[in-house]
Amino acid sequence: MSQVPTMIDFRRNTQQVPSRMPLAVQKATSKFLGNRAAVVDAFGNEQWQVLRQAGHDIRLHAITHIEHYLEMAEHAVTRAGGHVHWARDAAEARRILLDIASRHRVKLAVKGKSMATEEIGLNPALEEAGIRVLETDLGEYIVQLKGVGPAHIVVPAFHLSKEEIANLFHEKLGVDAPAEAEKLTQIARMKLREEFLSADLGISGGNFLVADTGTVVTVTNEGNGRMCTTVPPVHVAVVGIDKVVPDWESLTVLLKLLARSATGQKLSCYTQFISGPPRSPAETGPAEMHLILLDNGRSRILKTPECRETLLCIRCGACLNICPVYNHVGGYAYGYPISGPTGVLFASQILGPTVAGALPFASTLCGACNEICPVKIPITRILLHLRRRVVEGDESEQAAAPVYLRVGAWAGAAALGSTGLYRMGSELLKRLQAPFVRGGWMARLPAPLNRWTMSRPFPAFAADFRRWWRSRTTAGGKRGTSEPGA
Amino acid sequence: MAIKAQLFITCLAEQFFPNVLKGMVSLLERLGVQVEFPEEQTCCGQPFFNSGYHSQARDLAVKWLKVFGRTDGFIVSPSGSCVDTVQHHFPELFLPGSAEHRLAVDAAARTYEFSQFLVHQVKATDVGARFPHKVTYHASCHLLRGLGVREEPKALLQAVRGLELIPLPGEETCCGFGGTFSVIYPEVSKAMMEAKIRAIDSTGADVVVAGDAGCIMNIAGGLRQAGSSVRAMHLIDILTAGGEMS
Repeated sequence: MSQVPTMIDFRRNTQQVPSRMPLAVQKATSKFLGNRAAVVDAFGNEQWQVLRQAGHDIRLHAITHIEHYLEMAEHAVTRAGGHVHWARDAAEARRILLDIASRHRVKLAVKGKSMATEEIGLNPALEEAGIRVLETDLGEYIVQLKGVGPAHIVVPAFHLSKEEIANLFHEKLGVDAPAEAEKLTQIARMKLREEFLSADLGISGGNFLVADTGTVVTVTNEGNGRMCTTVPPVHVAVVGIDKVVPDWESLTVLLKLLARSATGQKLSCYTQFISGPPRSPAETGPAEMHLILLDNGRSRILKTPECRETLLCIRCGACLNICPVYNHVGGYAYGYPISGPTGVLFASQILGPTVAGALPFASTLCGACNEICPVKIPITRILLHLRRRVVEGDESEQAAAPVYLRVGAWAGAAALGSTGLYRMGSELLKRLQAPFVRGGWMARLPAPLNRWTMSRPFPAFAADFRRWWRSRTTAGGKRGTSEPGA
Repeated sequence: MAIKAQLFITCLAEQFFPNVLKGMVSLLERLGVQVEFPEEQTCCGQPFFNSGYHSQARDLAVKWLKVFGRTDGFIVSPSGSCVDTVQHHFPELFLPGSAEHRLAVDAAARTYEFSQFLVHQVKATDVGARFPHKVTYHASCHLLRGLGVREEPKALLQAVRGLELIPLPGEETCCGFGGTFSVIYPEVSKAMMEAKIRAIDSTGADVVVAGDAGCIMNIAGGLRQAGSSVRAMHLIDILTAGGEMS
């Protein structure tokens, strides 16, 4: 549903989070984390760490040799009778897809869940061209009816209650829907079944692209993905170039990591391997298969050594589930279809500091994401680099931080860097604060610390250690050292 | 031969928790550690580094390395995040092969967080403290994940006489401080802090212990705002207690 954003104001977005969002998010994420913990336990934690390292190494190898593997994939797909297109950016990817659609006079396109198509803002573009586009993943179907984007990369509508979904179905589909998960699913299933049969085009993403055989792999839990890629006469897969993996052996490692990390399953209900259109009349499926390989800033991410591990991501969503910031704001606050820690990494780099400069700061650097990531992306280390990029710029981007902040930082560091000024400052602050202090705390402070005191008091400045140290050392012996046993 | 410790007092502990520092000196000395205090020290630059101001962070790191570079023995600090900065980020700030880089690598190797130092260098877990109260422990993020200090503080607490250690639900979840995060995104910081306060209150503990001044400022302020009777204290406050809640 989403348009490509032009400016992300994370703070304003967090101020607009509906009050029941955090609890709804936390209820879902804690369930996912619980399921994940159970399967990881069953797998054996030591073994899991070995698997994570293997996953990391495989992904790093793949993206380091990305040109080699993409060419290999291109050859394999072409050999199998598929068509490969290279899209430099979102606009080019949309254009390629619209071309295919217009060539086939497409009126209705059905879509399986795909973050790449969200990233390029595909749906509005198709609609503008007069093509009806229907999300068929249950969660995506629900958020599309609601007119919003996904709130989570794995479970797009997880923040909505059964009652809300029932009301939505009543309002948009004109059906009497009871607030029961099974009944609601049945309603969606019935509606979607008709659409699958009349669709002229099926669109999917791809969780992996196996270079060896040119196989697009999709990992899903509903049958809709299989319907989209098999029933309509044409199938287009939009796949980020980062999704390439060398071979099937690598794939097995990543599949083990993905389902466990995402939903706590050993394997998802449907793992599909699409290696081109039917090769003989005996085989069924769409007669035409297209693969759009989407760059959209990924090559640039690769060029910055500090950031390139961003592309290891297998979109499991575990970092969203564990992130305390995500858990309090949900996905929409990030203003980008990929949300949470990994979304921050992608959005900041794909959109650049001017548009998404707020995002690298949307983290406490607590590091829980680093620990849970199945392919060991050093998320906070990359965040630190991206913060630096916003403030100071780097080889690939100009600085975007306002000048007053940089001047402030320069002055602050100069004062903190001088022992004399530092000590004078701490004495001065103790005096200046006197009128505001009650019982060792200050209830209100001027900007920018008013942003602290809006939620809790600030402790009074109380530095006296240096004086204490001096008094005891001049009294007790040699200055600067203390008496053993004093 | 006595172990020598250079005190790295950190800005936040110096400004807001001077008693923690005094307690740290007396405790270390009681355990036979020879304590020195390089008085020229100021800020290690962590707030700048973590906010992307690497040029300022580098200046402060140079200053810090100059001060501590001419000392010997261990460098010991009551803060997980400041030690994480010295151990893991100082070496990244300088070109390998440069004089500063050599100093940074050397300093990183001899800098320890307090509980790390006590358990692994002094090899003391029972320091003879007595604190007959219910205590719960919040794992500060950079202490836990930056330095990998997970068990040491709890081992030290468990050896305190009379102390009942109650597990904190979401012990390893961030309290919402995050340095400048707390003023850049105050609404989110508040929500995280309040969740932490609710978890602490649910334990029925008298005291919550953490290992970083930032977390303690945040949690103590939050407890006060909520009108809670629970007190937030530094691990060192407990280890220097003789039975009273000071």
